[in-house]
Amino acid sequence: MRRAELIMATLMAAFSLYTMWKSAELEIGWIPSEGPGGGAFPFWLAVGMFICCMLIFIRQFRQADEPINSLKNYMDRQTFVLFALVAGSLTITIGLIDFVGVYVAIPLFMIFYLRVIGDHRWLLTGTIATATPLLLFFFFEIALKITLPKGVTEPMFYPLYSMFL
Amino acid sequence: MEIATLLLDGFFLAFEPLNLLLIIGGVVLGLFIGAMPGLGSVNGVAILLPMTYLVPPTSAVIFLGAIYYGAMYGGAISSIMLGIPGASTAVATTFDGRPMALKGEADKALVAAATASFVGGSISVVLFTLFAPPLADVALAFSAPEEFALMLLAFATFVGLGGDDIPKTFFSIFIGLVFSAVGLDIISGEPRLIFMDLPGFFHGINFLVLAIGIYGIGEMLWTIETTKGKVKISQAHITVQRILDTLISLKNGIKVMIMGSFLGYFVGILPAAGATPGALMAYGVAKGMSKDPESFGKGNTNGVLAPEAANNAASTGSMLPMLTLGIPGSPTTAILLGGMVIWGLDPGPMLFVEHKEFVWGLIASLYAANFFAVIINLAFIPAFLWVLRMPFTILAPIIFVLCIIGGYAPTQDMHDVWLMLVFGIVGYLMRKLDYPMAPAVLAIVLGPLAETSMRQSLLMSSGSFEIFFFRPISGSIMAIAITLLFMPLINSFNKTMRREISSWPL
Repeated sequence: MRRAELIMATLMAAFSLYTMWKSAELEIGWIPSEGPGGGAFPFWLAVGMFICCMLIFIRQFRQADEPINSLKNYMDRQTFVLFALVAGSLTITIGLIDFVGVYVAIPLFMIFYLRVIGDHRWLLTGTIATATPLLLFFFFEIALKITLPKGVTEPMFYPLYSMFL
Repeated sequence: MEIATLLLDGFFLAFEPLNLLLIIGGVVLGLFIGAMPGLGSVNGVAILLPMTYLVPPTSAVIFLGAIYYGAMYGGAISSIMLGIPGASTAVATTFDGRPMALKGEADKALVAAATASFVGGSISVVLFTLFAPPLADVALAFSAPEEFALMLLAFATFVGLGGDDIPKTFFSIFIGLVFSAVGLDIISGEPRLIFMDLPGFFHGINFLVLAIGIYGIGEMLWTIETTKGKVKISQAHITVQRILDTLISLKNGIKVMIMGSFLGYFVGILPAAGATPGALMAYGVAKGMSKDPESFGKGNTNGVLAPEAANNAASTGSMLPMLTLGIPGSPTTAILLGGMVIWGLDPGPMLFVEHKEFVWGLIASLYAANFFAVIINLAFIPAFLWVLRMPFTILAPIIFVLCIIGGYAPTQDMHDVWLMLVFGIVGYLMRKLDYPMAPAVLAIVLGPLAETSMRQSLLMSSGSFEIFFFRPISGSIMAIAITLLFMPLINSFNKTMRREISSWPL
């Protein structure tokens, strides 16, 4: 746990410094007759973030009752595998949406999740993987008129557009 | 008398066919969402908000309000039947609800929870009706310094009363405010905080991206971790006769329910506190009031009545500051508030002047939602039990898909979907280290308002911070806020002093 705390505090401190630097692209001081500059609000908040990270880091560093290299209590092996599978499949799905669109990426995700992580039967997997994109299409594209990203599959939808829209 | 007329008008709006349908639909959906382990009102409202673009803004808020209400009822179902709180707000319900279920009194616990929720909901909605208009009148006199003082007070309650680690709470507030500052500077219009020069940051970070990331993706990752072991569902035998018998036996618990309702309502008004601590406090008080405190934790009905009355009352309580002051009382109302801003309904006292119809329609719909929730809850207990048997591995991917689409819908930009994923994963990893997430969500919603009011005030005073302290209303609010901010320091000083004193040789 302690190691995770130290790593997180360091990463967030780095992000705070980056935010301070980005805020300073605008005026962070007082502009006469205009008030505080555009960068002042985020700059001083980022300073606050940095101080918090330092406090968390110092407090954890001084706590000697847990070995420094312990990550055991943070995430055990089983949790890590599950987390990596879920987070990884989500990342790949969102990445795929850019290329092949929602209507290919989402069924693939459903099949992976239900079959590999959930260990469900093919019949159930197939039903849900087919029903989800259908429901998405009719609810979002037809009812809400929100066009979902389709990537290279876009031309395949032209007949559907002319039928329903 | 004027209130009665306005409320009556509100009922006409709430009972329009579309709105009535949305109230009933929202309550049913909320009950299911609340009943599922790991999902509560905040998750339901965050994930489903983008789906409400289909209906007019007033109906959308009514629908989300009904989900909020339903979820508060539903939370008790999984607390009792699985021993896993349906949402954090129902944690206290597991203390006695679960032992009751294990004793074979699951039906009694479920009926008690529904009844207490109804009492809590009813009392709180009446209090809401009475308090909201005068508070909104007072708030009409507020200008920029008062508004800023109120925002500071909202953040200060997280520090003083939130009960989480102090540096981590501050960090969460700061990072939420920083995210709210991304995009274009509100006054000069210059681009600001365009991280890695990605063009997606030019339109700012939509609060929904953070909310769905944390309460959708992050919450799912959290639930997958916590429920990976097998859960055991209790058996419940429910007949109309048993329900009636239980209802009659609950008359001994009226005092406890009323106490829970009042306590929950007033705790719910405070931004950091809300339903979870409200319910825990009500449980504690009920135990203290009891002649038989040892039976608590072993299946005492009052241990279910008190927290359930309180968490429902708190959910109504948290709407009071949201509607009258524009400061949300809970993460769920923070998301509702963000939604209202998108729909062009600026929350705050002016809402009571400019959108009277909407306000009273919403209040009336709370009465209606409360009524329908208790009926549907009691009538469909078997259906909810069936939902609890649904494997989480079916539910989880469906929710992930809703998150992806929900993250895309508001701005229709894949950049936001990626950002949502990052927030979800990082939020989950931080939550494992006890970083509180609610302050960040509140901060991203309130950030633009806080910055504008602060900059306007400083312009008014030519840069002097005295303006916040020397105006009567903002000065008093600032005094309370600063006391709350220093509360943890005062507490730790007190503790050290006490330890010192007790170690003195006498």
